[in-house]
Amino acid sequence: MTAEIYRAIADGILIGGVYALMAVGLTLIFGVLDIINIAQGVLVVLGAYLSYSLSARLHLDLFLGLLITVPAMFIVGVVIHYAFIRRLRGRERTAMTLLVTYAVALIIEGILYEIYGPNDKELTASYVSSSVHIFGFYLPYIYLYGFALALVLVGALYALLYRTRFGRSVRATMQDETAARLIGIDVNKVAAITFGVGVAVTATGGMMYGATYGGFNPNSGYDLISRLLAIIILAGMGSIGGALVASIFMLTVESLVTIWSPQWSIIVFYGALVIVLVVHPTGFFGRQPVRAQ
Amino acid sequence: MTVKLTGLVVVAAVAIAFPYVFSSPVDTNYGVYAMIFVTAASAWNIFSGFSGYISLGQAVFFGSGAYTVGIAARDWHMKGDGIFVLLPLGAVVATAIAIPFGLVALRVRRHTFIVITIAVFFIFQLMAYDFSFTGGTIGLPAPFLSWPLATFNNPFYFMALGAAAVTITLAWLIKRSRFGLQLRAIKDDEDRALGLGVRTMRVKLSAFMLSAFITGFIGGVWFLYITQVLPSSGFDPLFDLTIVLMAFLGGVGTIAGPVIGALLIEPGRLWLNTQFTNGYLSEILLGALFLLIVLFMPRGIVPTGGEWIKKIRSRGRPAIEPKGRGDAWTDERGTSEEGRRRLEAARRRESG
Amino acid sequence: MTILRTDSVGKAYGGVQALDDCTLTVEEGSVTGLIGPNGSGKTTLFNVITGYAKADAGEVYLSDTKITNAAPDKVFNAGIGRTFQLTRIFPSLTVLENMLVPSRISGRRQAMEQLEFVGIANHAGELAGTLSYGQRKLLELAYVLVADPAVILLDEPAGGVNPTLVGQIAARIKELNAQGRTFLIVEHNMEFVMGLCDVIAVLDAGTVVANGPPDMIRTDPRVLDAYLGTDLAEDDEL
Repeated sequence: MTAEIYRAIADGILIGGVYALMAVGLTLIFGVLDIINIAQGVLVVLGAYLSYSLSARLHLDLFLGLLITVPAMFIVGVVIHYAFIRRLRGRERTAMTLLVTYAVALIIEGILYEIYGPNDKELTASYVSSSVHIFGFYLPYIYLYGFALALVLVGALYALLYRTRFGRSVRATMQDETAARLIGIDVNKVAAITFGVGVAVTATGGMMYGATYGGFNPNSGYDLISRLLAIIILAGMGSIGGALVASIFMLTVESLVTIWSPQWSIIVFYGALVIVLVVHPTGFFGRQPVRAQ
Repeated sequence: MTVKLTGLVVVAAVAIAFPYVFSSPVDTNYGVYAMIFVTAASAWNIFSGFSGYISLGQAVFFGSGAYTVGIAARDWHMKGDGIFVLLPLGAVVATAIAIPFGLVALRVRRHTFIVITIAVFFIFQLMAYDFSFTGGTIGLPAPFLSWPLATFNNPFYFMALGAAAVTITLAWLIKRSRFGLQLRAIKDDEDRALGLGVRTMRVKLSAFMLSAFITGFIGGVWFLYITQVLPSSGFDPLFDLTIVLMAFLGGVGTIAGPVIGALLIEPGRLWLNTQFTNGYLSEILLGALFLLIVLFMPRGIVPTGGEWIKKIRSRGRPAIEPKGRGDAWTDERGTSEEGRRRLEAARRRESG
Repeated sequence: MTILRTDSVGKAYGGVQALDDCTLTVEEGSVTGLIGPNGSGKTTLFNVITGYAKADAGEVYLSDTKITNAAPDKVFNAGIGRTFQLTRIFPSLTVLENMLVPSRISGRRQAMEQLEFVGIANHAGELAGTLSYGQRKLLELAYVLVADPAVILLDEPAGGVNPTLVGQIAARIKELNAQGRTFLIVEHNMEFVMGLCDVIAVLDAGTVVANGPPDMIRTDPRVLDAYLGTDLAEDDEL
C-alpha cells in the first residue's frame, strides 16, 4: 500500500513538473500582458503534434525535435500577438482578449482536426516505454528527463527575468506599463516577445504531454487549459515560482486521490481551486489585491 | 416613440406568424433553435452584459435544467404532456446552483471570475459523465411525446418564443430600474459603487440568479425538444462561447444586441452543420467570425449601427451646441433662482 | 465636540510606513484642513477612515462609535461621505443616472436637487463620461451629499479646477457647513485652505505634526520644516 503512495507522490511531482512548463508560460503572459491566454491548452497540443510529425516523418528524436519546435512555437506566439492581441485596448480588454484567445484556440483546434484527424496519436521513443527501478517501483525515464527539463527551463526563465536587461524590462512592464513606457521601454516589443516565450515553453510541455499521456487528440486542449487555469489561479496569477509549486502540489494531490477513486480525483482538483479561492482569493503566492478594478 | 412601438409590433407579428408561413419542420427547427439562443444570450446579457463579469459557465445552468427535467421525469415516472410542468423545476434547480456558485465566484476579480466559471463548467461536465444518476456517458432520454411529426416543433417554438419575449422584457425593465443602474455602476467602478452604499454582492448575485433561472428553464425546453441530453451536449463549451459571441456581435449590454446576434448566428451555425457533416469547419468559422467581430466591431452591431445612424442624421450640424442655452428654468450654470428657492423651501420643510 | 477621531493609526504598504501613530481630531461643525507635503499620507488616512484600506494599528472613531476597518458602504451609511482625488464617477451612465446609484437617494427629485445645488443640472441627461474635470468634481460633491452625511471628507476638491469653479466649490462648502456639516479637506491650494478652514492639521511622514488655526500654522516652524526641509526653514516661504 505504501509503495503505491510513494509511487503516486513521485508521479505527481514528476508530472507536476511537466505541467509547470505549461503553466509558467501562461502565468508569465498574464503577468506581463494582463491577459489570460485560453489558447495555451491547444497550443500545447499543437506542440505535441509538431513533435509527432517530426518524430514520425523525419524520425527525429523527441528531445532533438525540440530544437525545432520551440523556436517554431515562439514564432507562432509572436504572430498571434501581433495579429490579434496587440490592437486590443480599452476598458473591455480583459474580456476581449479572453474571447480572442478562445477564438484562436477554436481555429487551431479545427485546423488540427483537419490535418491530423480525430484519432489519438502518441509520441513514442525508447525512453518513453522503459523505466528505471527505484524504491520498489518503476519510474519511466521520460518522466525523469521531463522533470529535469522542466527545472532547467524554469531556472532559465528566472535567469532571463532577473539577470538580463530584457528581463528587467519585462518585470518593469509587469509592474507598471505606463511607467515602463516613460522610461523608454518598447512595451510592444516586450509584450510580443513575452507572448512568444510563453508559447514557446508550451512546445516543451507539448512534447512531454504527448509522450506521457498515452494518446492525445485535438480535443485534449480543453482538459489541459482548464487544469492550467486552475493551477495558476491557485498559485496566484503572475507568480512563476508559484506556478511551479502549485503544479507539483495539485498533480500530487490528484495522483494520491486517484489511488482511492480515479473519478473523484479530477473533481478534487477543481474543488481545491474553489476552496482556496474562498479562503484566499489571490491564491498562494498572489501579489495583486482582490479588487483592483 | 411611436416608431419604436410600431417596429416592435411588426417584429412580434413576424415572430408569431413565422411557423405558419414556413411550416415545414426543417424551417421551424431553425426557429426553435433561434429562439432558444435568443433567450440564452439575453439571459447571459442580463448578468454579464450589465455587470461586466463575463461568465463562460452558463452551460452549467443550461445543462442542469436539462438534466433536472430528465432525472425528474425518469424517477417520477412522468409521461405525456404533463412533463412540461417540470420546466420550472429545472429553472429552480439551476437557480439553487447559482447561489453557492455566485457566492464563491463573485468575490474575486473579473479575470479570476471568468476562469472560475470555466472551472465550474468542467466540474459539472465531469459529474455528468461520472455519476450514475445522470446516466453517465449515454445520458438521459426525454419521455415520449405522441405529437404529430408535422407540427411537433410548433409548441416548442412558441414556448421558446415566449421565454425569449419574457427575457427581453425583463432585460428592458432591469436596464431602466435602479437595480439595473447599480449593476451598470458596478461595471464602471465597483469599488466606488460599494463606497456609495450599493450592496454589490447582493446586486450581482441577484442578477446571476435571474440569468441562471432563465437559462435553466430554456435548457429544459431544449432537452424536451431534442429528446435527449448527454454530458457533452448539455455541458457543451461551444454553447458558452456561442452565446457570448452572439451578445458581442449584437452589442453587449444592449437589449436588442443579443437578440440580433442570436438571430444572425444561430441559423447560420445550424445551416453549416447540415452542410459539413464533420463539425470541424464550423468550429474554425465560428472562431474566425469571433476574431473578425472583436477586431473590427468590438462594441457590436447595435452600438456601432446606432453611431452610423446618428452620423447620418446629424450631418451638417455643429458638433458642440453654443453655450448659454439652458432649458425652461435653468440658467447657464444649471441652477436658477427658481431652483434655489425650491431647494430652500424643501430644506425648511425638512427641518421644520 | 469631537465628531471624527483617529487614534494612533498605523498603516504600511510593503516597506513604506504611510501612517505612523497618526492621531487626528476633527471638531463637529468645523471646516478642518489637512495639508502636508506629497507622500505624507493624506490620501492613505482618508482611505483608512472610509474603509478603502485596512489600518495595521490604531482606531477610528465617529463620535463615540468605533468604525475602524468597517467596509466602505457601512462607513457611507454611517454618515461619512468622501470624494476622490482622481474623480471616480460612472462614465457610461448619464449624470442623473449617476446620482441614482447611491443607496440613500430617494428618487429623481432629490437627485435633481443635488445636481442643481452643485450647478450641473443642465447636464443631467448627458453621459457622465463627457463631463469636464471640474464638472466631475462637482458631481463627486453631489454624490457625497446624497447620503446626508454628517462628516464630509474632500480629497483635493480644488485640484486642477479653473478659478471660477474653485470659488463655486468654496461657496458650496460654506453653505453646507452653515447647515451643520463637518468638513475635513485635503488640499494643496493654500489660498483655498487658508481662506476656508477654521482649523488646519499638518501631516508629515504619516503623523500629525501641527494642529491649529490658519494663522498659527502659517508661522509654525514645524510646518515649514515639513514642507521645505530644515535648512530652508529659516526663509519665509509660506
